[in-house]
Amino acid sequence: MPSLKDLKNRIASVKSTRKITKAMQMVAAAKLKRAQDAASASRPYAQRMSAVVANLAGSMGEGSGGPKLLSGTGSEQTHLVIVLTAERGLCGGFNSYVVKEARRLIRELVGDGKTVKVLTVGKKGREQLKRDYAELFIGHVDLSEIRGNDYTDAGIGLGHDVTSRFDLGEFDVATLVYSQFKNVLSQVPVAQQLIPAKAPEDAETVDLQGAIYEYEPAQEEILEVLLPRYINTQIISAMLESSAGFYASQMTAMDNATRNAGDMIDNLSLQYNRARQAQITKELIEIISGAEAL
Amino acid sequence: MADKLHFSLVSPAKELFSGDVDHVIAPGSEGEFGVLVNHAPFMTTLKNGVVRVLEGDTVAMRLFVRGGFADVTPAGLTILAEEAVDLSKVDAAKVSEDLEAARSKLLSEGKDSPHQGALQAQIDYLTDLKAAVVH
Repeated sequence: MPSLKDLKNRIASVKSTRKITKAMQMVAAAKLKRAQDAASASRPYAQRMSAVVANLAGSMGEGSGGPKLLSGTGSEQTHLVIVLTAERGLCGGFNSYVVKEARRLIRELVGDGKTVKVLTVGKKGREQLKRDYAELFIGHVDLSEIRGNDYTDAGIGLGHDVTSRFDLGEFDVATLVYSQFKNVLSQVPVAQQLIPAKAPEDAETVDLQGAIYEYEPAQEEILEVLLPRYINTQIISAMLESSAGFYASQMTAMDNATRNAGDMIDNLSLQYNRARQAQITKELIEIISGAEAL
Repeated sequence: MADKLHFSLVSPAKELFSGDVDHVIAPGSEGEFGVLVNHAPFMTTLKNGVVRVLEGDTVAMRLFVRGGFADVTPAGLTILAEEAVDLSKVDAAKVSEDLEAARSKLLSEGKDSPHQGALQAQIDYLTDLKAAVVH
């Protein structure tokens, strides 16, 4: 049975925890707003880009070669898995879900006898994957320096790194595992193939009404320039979605924490009041029985 | 004119413009070109330069783009720019300032800096932007 003083201390400590989680929730809510705005502002570009790539890739036709970024190296032996997580925790299962999806993918690939390389983005994913797959790591991108929602440079940097590794023949297939932002309540971890580039099936293709596309410079040259940018764009929008998802997840987690703290305070106060009442009763009994003895 | 050209200009940061216009002149990498409504499907890369949007014969808007792509389809013209700004909202003094900052940064980082390529690109962009603003 904890003493009255212990209970009082615990109530005070849970109360200050609640204050912190409440504050974090509100900060996350404000940042979520901004992250969502940034994500939706970048969406038109990503959509148009997909449409353009889908158009071009479609008109290239099957098996007509084209840049390796589009057609692949012809082998599927070495896979690069890029795991995109947040830099910070206190966000419920957000990072763990992404890591779980990445683990599943890695296990599956290793099970198929493929060589797997892992590139981590964001500290949390690295920490969690280090235990099992440290020997597969080939690089890490730190996002902690990024202020606001400007992922352009980081995305271009990573995209550049990935494409140059591809050109050096370090891997055949690249997959990006990240958390897709559905809405505030649900973020879904997805594995998206980056290289060879696949135009999304739902991209709007334009009916050319029988006309023939003209290219300036030639189609191949345009694709050479376009594809790395397409990959960068995909990475950047994944980063933006991931950051929006992180704040949404953190907001939900902190909301739960605040509510739990409230419940705890209620329980502890009840215990405290009972203990106090018990002590008063005990003291009264002592006085009365003392008086009776006289 | 009954028909108008649907034109949209998007950069990764945001959609700068989307709407119906008469005529757009854009800086293609192999020469400047104009697009009117019902243009044949056409695709090109862009160089740094000014995209002019014309209503009738007057220039309604000037936008500076940093590289990218133009895609003409029966649905309209789409420009995907790496970076784009509305020239009427650009402050010439600010651009000069940024340009100076980028130049001195390039000097201080030296030739072996891993950022050299990016900085040089930034300087080229700002130089072109400055020239565009002055005009």
